[in-house]
Amino acid sequence: MATQQQRPLSPHLMIYRPQMTSVLSITHRFTGVALSFGALVLTYWLTSAAYGPEAFTRAQAVLGSWFGRLVLFALTFSLFFHFCNGIRHLAWDAGWGFEMNRLRATGWLVVAASVLLTLASWLAAYAVAAGA
Amino acid sequence: MVEFSLPPRSKVRPGRTHKAAPDAVRMKRFHVYRYDPDSGDNPRLDTFEIDLDACGPMVLDALLKIKNEVDTTLAFRRSCREGVCGSCAFNIDGTNTLACIKPIDEIRGDVKIYPLPHMAVVKDLVVDLSLAYAQYAAIEPWLETESTPADRERRQSPEERAKLDGMWECVLCFCCQTSCPSYWWNPEKYLGPAILLQAYRWIADSRDEHTAERLDFLDDPYRLYRCHTIMNCTSTCPKDLNPGKAIAEIKKLQAQRR
Repeated sequence: MATQQQRPLSPHLMIYRPQMTSVLSITHRFTGVALSFGALVLTYWLTSAAYGPEAFTRAQAVLGSWFGRLVLFALTFSLFFHFCNGIRHLAWDAGWGFEMNRLRATGWLVVAASVLLTLASWLAAYAVAAGA
Repeated sequence: MVEFSLPPRSKVRPGRTHKAAPDAVRMKRFHVYRYDPDSGDNPRLDTFEIDLDACGPMVLDALLKIKNEVDTTLAFRRSCREGVCGSCAFNIDGTNTLACIKPIDEIRGDVKIYPLPHMAVVKDLVVDLSLAYAQYAAIEPWLETESTPADRERRQSPEERAKLDGMWECVLCFCCQTSCPSYWWNPEKYLGPAILLQAYRWIADSRDEHTAERLDFLDDPYRLYRCHTIMNCTSTCPKDLNPGKAIAEIKKLQAQRR
């Protein structure tokens, strides 16, 4: 007789079809973790400014490189996604928006808003840099 | 504990293929999870080719056809065949639902049938539900009262009764319970969506007098608050109920009484 300890565990994450709701949920978690890292990047940039012109020039070069910009772009998206989806969470805390059609609508709204806000801030940043 | 991969003895291996008759016109492949506790072998995925012209419209019809005509050793639970008993809950085509009310037509390509996810498998599609039932008992799913009843039944207005709609319909199939990643990672400590929906069913009942005690029991970082609003529960419920919303209502009540 097989006892409970010997019973196999049925497949879970590997067979469950990704749902719009669950994908946005895990993205919220990932962007939150990314933002903790982003806080370190911001701290590095600010302390380099306090440290002196040489350190600040180096920080500008690191963050201004193509890789630095890529990281900053990802952090910008993380910020806006986490912010927009955070508002969605606030609505849920108030008990609003749990019907499937609202979950889908607000989910797509969050995705669209965070993409647009990210692109808008980068376009604005490049426009300012070009004008300067 | 979060464990993303399956333990070695649980890994699913390729299984046997049962071919359809050569004259089958509308042939569909069903990949079915198999586990034989007596063999000591790992679970496997068997393939059954089914002639849809000789099969009923629902996924359960295909499973019954397999059991009756191809492989009688296939084990699964079923009873009412009309979505009210909650027995034939499996992971079908990637989401949890009741096989008896899931049309085969709705599934594009091959049909994959697994047991309810992240559960101990007894045999084939039959999983051990003891833990979920124990959790159900823990929320005391019955009317709790202190006052002495009048010489008749406890009365309830139509409005008060209407608050229970969307909760009494739950058939305890555990589709939502086993769709929830939070429940996968903390099955011992988190109560899960099906149990919390039932917990709220008794909290919301105007005749129940143990609301405070019920909320005290749920006011726990794991039992209630492991819900992170992932919402796999509501999106998979075969009865179109909303466990996620019920959990939010409990969280609201907890916040309001502080």
